Order: sequence, then C-alpha cells, then structure tokens
Amino acid sequence: MFYWLQKNLPKIVLGPSFVVILWFVYGFVLWTFYISLTKSKMLPRYEFWGFEQHFRLWSSPRWFNAVENLLIFTVLFVGICLLIGIILSILLDQKIRAEGFLRTVYLYPMALSFIVTGTAWKWMLNPSMGIEKLFTDWGFTDFTFDWLVNRDMSIYTIVIAAVWQSSGFVMALFLAGLRSIDDEIVKAAKIDGASLYSIYITIMLPMMRPVFMSSIVILLHISIKSYDLVIALTAGGPGISSDMPAVFMTQMAFHRSEIGLASASAVMMFLTVLAIVVPYLYSELRRQDANT
Amino acid sequence: MQTLDFQKMENIERSASRKRTFYRWLLFITLGIFALYYLAPLYVMIITSLKSMEEIRQGNLMTLPGEIIFDSWKTAWSGRDGIDAGNVFLRPFFWNSIKMVVPAVAISTFFGALNGYALTKWRFRGDNLVFLLFLFGCFIPYQAILLPMARTLGLLGISNSISGLVLVHTVYGLSFTTLFFRNYYISIPDEMIKAARIDGAGFFKIFFKVLLPISAPIIVVTVIWQFTGIWNDFLFGSSFSFGEAAPIQVALNNMVLTSTSVKEYNVDMAAAFIAGIPTLLVYVLAGKYFIRGLTAGSVKG
Amino acid sequence: MVFIIVNFVMEKKMYKQVLMLISGFLFAMGITLSPAMAGGEAEVLHWWTSGGEAKALQVLKDDFAKKGGTWKDMPVAGGGGDAANVTLKARIVAGDPPTASQIKGPTIQEYDDEGVVAPYHIHEVATAENWDSLLSPQVANHMKCDGFTKYCAAPVNIHRIDWFWANKKVLDAHGLKMPTSWDEFNAAASKLQAAGIIPFAHGGQPWQDATVFEAVLLGIGGNEFYQKAIVELDMDALGGSTMVKVFDQMRKLQGFTDKGMPGRDWNVATGMVMSGKAAFQIMGDWAKGEFSNAGLKPGIDFYCLPTPSNHGYLYNVDSFIFYGMEGKSKVDGQKMLASSIMGKNFQKIFNIYKGSIPARLDVPMDEFDMCAKGSASDLKYSAMTGGLLPSFAHGMALRNAQKGAIQDVITEHFNSNMSSHEAARNLAEAVKASL
Repeated sequence: MFYWLQKNLPKIVLGPSFVVILWFVYGFVLWTFYISLTKSKMLPRYEFWGFEQHFRLWSSPRWFNAVENLLIFTVLFVGICLLIGIILSILLDQKIRAEGFLRTVYLYPMALSFIVTGTAWKWMLNPSMGIEKLFTDWGFTDFTFDWLVNRDMSIYTIVIAAVWQSSGFVMALFLAGLRSIDDEIVKAAKIDGASLYSIYITIMLPMMRPVFMSSIVILLHISIKSYDLVIALTAGGPGISSDMPAVFMTQMAFHRSEIGLASASAVMMFLTVLAIVVPYLYSELRRQDANT
Repeated sequence: MQTLDFQKMENIERSASRKRTFYRWLLFITLGIFALYYLAPLYVMIITSLKSMEEIRQGNLMTLPGEIIFDSWKTAWSGRDGIDAGNVFLRPFFWNSIKMVVPAVAISTFFGALNGYALTKWRFRGDNLVFLLFLFGCFIPYQAILLPMARTLGLLGISNSISGLVLVHTVYGLSFTTLFFRNYYISIPDEMIKAARIDGAGFFKIFFKVLLPISAPIIVVTVIWQFTGIWNDFLFGSSFSFGEAAPIQVALNNMVLTSTSVKEYNVDMAAAFIAGIPTLLVYVLAGKYFIRGLTAGSVKG
Repeated sequence: MVFIIVNFVMEKKMYKQVLMLISGFLFAMGITLSPAMAGGEAEVLHWWTSGGEAKALQVLKDDFAKKGGTWKDMPVAGGGGDAANVTLKARIVAGDPPTASQIKGPTIQEYDDEGVVAPYHIHEVATAENWDSLLSPQVANHMKCDGFTKYCAAPVNIHRIDWFWANKKVLDAHGLKMPTSWDEFNAAASKLQAAGIIPFAHGGQPWQDATVFEAVLLGIGGNEFYQKAIVELDMDALGGSTMVKVFDQMRKLQGFTDKGMPGRDWNVATGMVMSGKAAFQIMGDWAKGEFSNAGLKPGIDFYCLPTPSNHGYLYNVDSFIFYGMEGKSKVDGQKMLASSIMGKNFQKIFNIYKGSIPARLDVPMDEFDMCAKGSASDLKYSAMTGGLLPSFAHGMALRNAQKGAIQDVITEHFNSNMSSHEAARNLAEAVKASL
C-alpha cells in the first residue's frame, strides 16, 4: 500500500486538477457540442436535432464576416505585436539608463482591463472628440482620422488598441529571452567582426525559438478570445464591420435566443484552436523530450 | 607619416563617436515615441479625471486642466453626499474583489506549482498528453462555457457568491499556472531531485524543501499574471455575482456604461483609474521581478 | 493513453473526496456571505442605474420597504440591458433566478415557453387587484403567460418611441416649423444643412438605427403596413416596394447625420440638439429627461412632437417579469413587489421621473408635463383608430431572433451604401432564415 502510494503520488497530486480540468474544460466543450446539435433557443434544451445549426451558421453572412475579421485581426495583431516587441526588446537591450522606467511604461497596459482603458481609447479614436479634433485644433484642418467610424477601417482601430495592450508583454518575453542568452556567444561574434545588427538577426533571434512559440501562443489566445476590446471600442460596428466570432457567439447566445447557433459557432472556435495549437505544441513537446 | 596616421585614426574615431551619439539619440527618440504611444490613454484618463465637466466640454483631450479638481475622485470612490439613488461608487466593491482575488490567486498558484512539479520531475507515461490537455484550457473562449458553468455552480450551491468566483478563476487559472511552473521546472536540472531522493526525501519534501525555495521568480510571474487576469475579469464577475457581492469591475461597468443621464466623463475616468490602481501598482512595483522571472525560465518553453 | 485514462478512473474515488473537500471549503466561505431574510424578500435584476431612472426606481424600493419587504438590488448596467441578459441567463440556468427582472414584450412569453415562469405566483395579486380593469387590453396581454391567460409580469410605464425632438431656437432662426410629413422634414433638413447645422443628431448604435427605422416605417408605410411587416412578418411586405421607400428615406436621413455618428450614445446626440449644434433627433421619451435636467422647457426651448405618421403610436412598455420560485418569503416578496409596482402613487411619481406615462389608466395626469400629456391623449386616440403598435426596436413586437435579424439588416444598410432594393430583399431573407 505504502509503496503503491509512493509510486503513484505524482498522479494523485495531479488528480484533482486533472479532474477539474476534465470537467470544466472538456466536459463543457462536449456539452457545447451537444447543444449545437439541438434546437436550443433561449435556454438550453436537450432534444437532438442534428447538424441543422451548423448549416445555419455557415449560411449566415454575418458569421463569414466575423471569421474574415478574425483572420485580418489575427494576422495583423500577431505580426505587429511581434515586430514591435522584438524592436523594443532589442533597443532596450542596449544598456539604457532609463530601462526600468521604459519597461514599466511599455508593460503597464497589460495591467488594465479594457473596461478601464476602453473609455479612453474610444475618446481618442472618436473623430469629433479625439485625435482628429486635436489636430484640427492645432491648425491641421485637413487632418482626418476617422477609422473608428469608417466601416472599412474599424477593424484596424481594434488592432491599434490591441497592439497597445499586448505588445509590451511580447517585449518583456523577448527581453527576457535576450538576457538569458550567454554573453560569450555575443562576445565571440563581436570578435569575429560581426555587426550588432547581424548579431541580433542571424545569431540571437534564431536562438529564441521558444520565445517565439510562447509569444505566438499567448497572442493567438488573446486574439481568438478578443471580446472586451471589440465591445469597448466599436461593439462590432459600424454596422457589423468589426464583428468577431466571440462577439457573434455572445450576441447569439445571450441576446438573440439562439443558443444552438451560438454553440455551433463556439464549436468552430474550439476546432480552430485545436487545429492551430495542438500540432504545434505537440511538436514542441517532442522536441523538448528529444533534448532532455 | 606617423602624425598623419594618428590624425586619421583620430578622425575615424571621432566620426565613429559622432555616429554613436547619433545612434544613441535615434535610439532614445524611438523609445520615446513608443513611450508616448503607450502613455497616451493613461494621460487622457488622468487629466480628464482632474477636470471639471465645463472644461471637458470646452477643451480637447490633451489640454491640461486649468484648475486641478479632485472631486470626481471622491465621487467615484465614496459617492456624492446627500444623494443615494443610483449613486454607485467603488469603495464597497473594492473589498469584494480583494476577497475574490487573494484566495483564487493563492490556490491556483499553489496547484500550478504542484502540477508543474509532478509533470516534470516525476515523469510517467502520458505526462505530455496530460500537459497538453491542461494547456487547451488556456484557449477556451469563456463566453462559450458560461451556461454549463452556471449550472455547475448552481449544483454545488455556490452560484451568486464570491466562493463561486474563486472556484471559477481557480479552475481556468490552473491551465496557465501549470504551464508557467512546468516550463520553469523543466529547466531545473534533474540531478538536484535525484540527490534529494538519494538522501531519502519524498515527493512533498522535495517539493517544499528543494523546489519551492528556488521558485521565487516564477511565483512572481504567475501571481502577477493571475492577479491581473482575475482582478480585471468582468464576464465571470457579472455572470456569477451580483448586487452587493459584485467585484469592482462590475461596479465600474455600472458606473461607466449606464445608458441614461448626462455622462460625467471626469467621474468615469477617475473610477476607471481607481479600479486599475491595484494592478498598476503590482506592475510598477514587481515589474522588475516579472522580467527576471520570465528570464529565469518560462520563456524556455 | 488508454492506460492513463483507466488509471484515472480507478483512482477516481480519491479524487472525489478531494473535490468534495475543496468545494466544501469554498461552500463554507459562501455561507458566511449570505444574510438571513425575514418577511418578503425581492432580488431585482435591472439596469436602471443612474439619473432619472435610478431616482424612479428608488421610489419603488422605498415603497417596497414600507410594506416590510427586503430589497436586494442587483444592477447590471450596459448596452440597454445586454450585460444584464448574460447575468440573467446564468442565474436561470444555475436554477436560481432572481425574484424579478426587467424583461418586456414577447420575451416574457419566450421565457414562459422555457418553463421557468410557471406557476405564476403574481396572478393571484393581479386578480385580487383587478389589473384587467386598470390596464389597456393591449398592455395587459403583454403581461400574461400560459397562453395569455395568467399574469406573470407587471408593467411600470408606457414609453412612446416615435418622437421628434427639436431645438426650437434653431428652427425659429431659420424660419422653420415642425415638419408634418417626411417630405417637409427632408426640405427643412436640407435647408439647415446648407446653413451649417447638423440636421439630424443620431448615435450609430444598432438599437438607435432601429429606433429611427421603425419611426420612418410607421410614417411612410402607415399603420397597416407596420402591422403586416413588423408584427406579422409578412414576406411580401418585408421585401416589397413600400419597404424600398422606407429604406430610401433612411438613406436620406443618413445624409443628414454628421461624421461622429457611429457608436455615439443617444444622450450625447440629445446634447447636440440641446446645444443647437444639431436640429432634430428621433428618440423615445426618455430623451426628455436630458432636456429637463438642463432646465429646458417643452414648447419654449424644444419641441416634442410625434414623427410624421397617420396617428400611429409606437409603444414600449417596461415591465418586470416574475419567475417561478420556491420558498414562502420569496413568493411573498414577489406578490408584494407586484402590488407595489401597480400602486397608483408609485406609477405617478415613477413616470414623472422617467419621462414616460403610467401603464395604469386611472392615474391623473395633472402633474405631468405637456409632452407626457400629449402622449397620454395620443395613446387613447391611436388605440381607437388602430394606430397603437408595439415598438420592434425596443423588443415589444418580436422575439429576439427575428428582432435581431431585422436589426442586422437595418444597421448594415444605414452604415453602408447598400441599395434600398438590396436592403429590402436582405430583410425578407434574414427574417426567413431566423424563423
């Protein structure tokens, strides 16, 4: 008995968390999947209906629009965050006196919820109150910045605010990555006559594959879940031009009495996450195993 | 000949140093521009909260207040004297949030550490799969699981209470905390564990005596992450707790997003800032350790 | 992998105990937080959190307390009840609905269909107090469940939606009178625009777009067309030529707005009319509160007149639904609250604060302002001539799925350059897909 306990202790310790995760994550996902196969409207109902909700979902123009927006948003958001994060981390790595202060400045947006900052952003982006008015007040009467209210551009305003919130965190991850690289490698490259620029591009960044992985995973998770951001800034508008899947789902589930349809869209979101994350994580884990 | 060479050298050096100064300046200007981008919303919030409504209507969003007024801060925190109807203010809800955040952060961090330890130092068949299953929890869109969550809380008898919120945040925090600790512990040499085992230490002894003492950096990272995530949550807060038991973000939302009456932007901004103070403080005070913690391991995932 | 799962299942007994321990601990923490109640108790979910609405609700709270009840306030503001909707559904699914919540229109019956409203505790009060004789039949019907036979909700007010709010000084300065037809309005608006005034103050949020749309539809299509298209969802009416005309007028209105329109809150738009920056706004009578808060007087500083139509009247009745409950003190609380809501004095004071008119017909109107008096007399006339119609934008005419589908098309049209024909066609298709 004691021996058995000893041998299985790690699993027993993991057990409570594992069961909790099984229920609260996988149980709920299964529940959602089942509800997507029912006719549920205002509240969940359990009579089986088939894949009708999924057909309805994929024939809804509003859903396509949301998916398209998510794609645009994700590509820009992840790309720009990585770019800014990398640039800032390299610049901060140049032994700067005010590093501590600047780091805090770049990082603090992570600390605030969008309920808090959303109001300020909405103000700044609003043409009749914010940046546009500021510039016209300063005498640049031709200046226009009306992305928030322009249906072709509204999704980009969400990118601006989202990058503002998350790029500092990417900076922190990369800065940490740069700091953990052995100084000797850099010194050796310097002696070989490599320029600072090429040291970063050809030697240090390629060494930070794990940092890229963590950053991309974190950014993807933020982008797929993005809801507060959209609601705070545009609420999906003008029209439905900045709608996103999470917004679509919430709308359908809680305001439209379309819980079945909402569940179908949630299932699609789960599948997307699975398709992106699982192969990547799995290969990473195998690589790690090979290393240890 | 020699002097010429010397002069040439000096010239090169001087131009190099001039170049260096130029790059130094460029560097600072770039960093400064980015700093402005990050600080702008905070600036707008703070100066607006210090203006009177009259000034807000007249000026634009960058103009400094002519006269600094702290009234809106007082109103946001403790309400206005003599009016009770619809007078939402933040003070009572601040404590609700504390009561929710502290246990949720503590429990999820503790279990995350245990999980990370069991997953890395006591490898068993399928441990990677178990880890993957944990990880997926990070990606759940929370709106999708609100209803089954509500049902579960109802069955446990803890719907509409702080305890329910603690449970919810602990559960969905586990995925993240396990990830952080696993990635940290995997970089700790197994030899340390082996040595302790040879000395006769068991599972928990190794955890408490060997690993926890060297986990400070990652604990800081995890606590910061969890603290900000839970403090800033609105969705769960508004779904599973109400009225007097609501956390601060729900109260803030009630203040800021009311659909009627004349909007008092200064009070809104002051309230928003107050609700953000704890997380801001954590970042400002512990930011250094945050980077250090990230350096120490979690980026090696 | 199979091995792991089998292993976990075998050890499950232990986990259960651990889980029980954890939840027990959490539960114990929860208990300390819930206070004991005596007498009737009511937990009320609402989104009336500020200004006149909060003041109005305070009247109800005081009245309830006077009767010896305990009021637990549950405000969730945001998005005209959007956030409260999430909260409410979470509570119902958890099996712990609030005593009453601010729900109106066909959504009341929609909840009844889900089986969470029975057994209609307040019906007893309604029969005892003879609500049938106190309410107009149309309003009373909205409050009934179980095939429109039993009261399950209590009305607090009647809002009119199809109002024109206008700055009198601006109109006078340009020699304009309140328009009595949409053509007159268009002419006046063009004149104002040429003079550098924003003719039409509007906030580009879906519900505001829909508010304007229904006023236009009522005016251009007429009462019968409104009934057919919006209430009965007749496909020919939805996609037909009259609907095209309605969208044409919407396009004209869009041309009369300013660039800051998208996402603007309604009260900000009202502020533009008050300051004279803009001339007209179409909004329900809660807009009046903004004017009177600023000390402006109807007929002197601003106009409150119905939008052009053939004696149509779009109503929006705010009400509280009462869910099925167990436990004497909760049921008592429901009965007391229902009775308080229908109290004569409460209905008077509440509606003076809120800008609407009482749902009860026997409340004297002497203390109300001229806008409310006009609304009350129009209501009686429209009810006789068939122009009394439920507002779709405010959830009185349709269930949520159809309402949402129509709203999507309206908003999409108003915020793009979609043609009126395409909009009418999309409208019919969207409604069909949502049924």
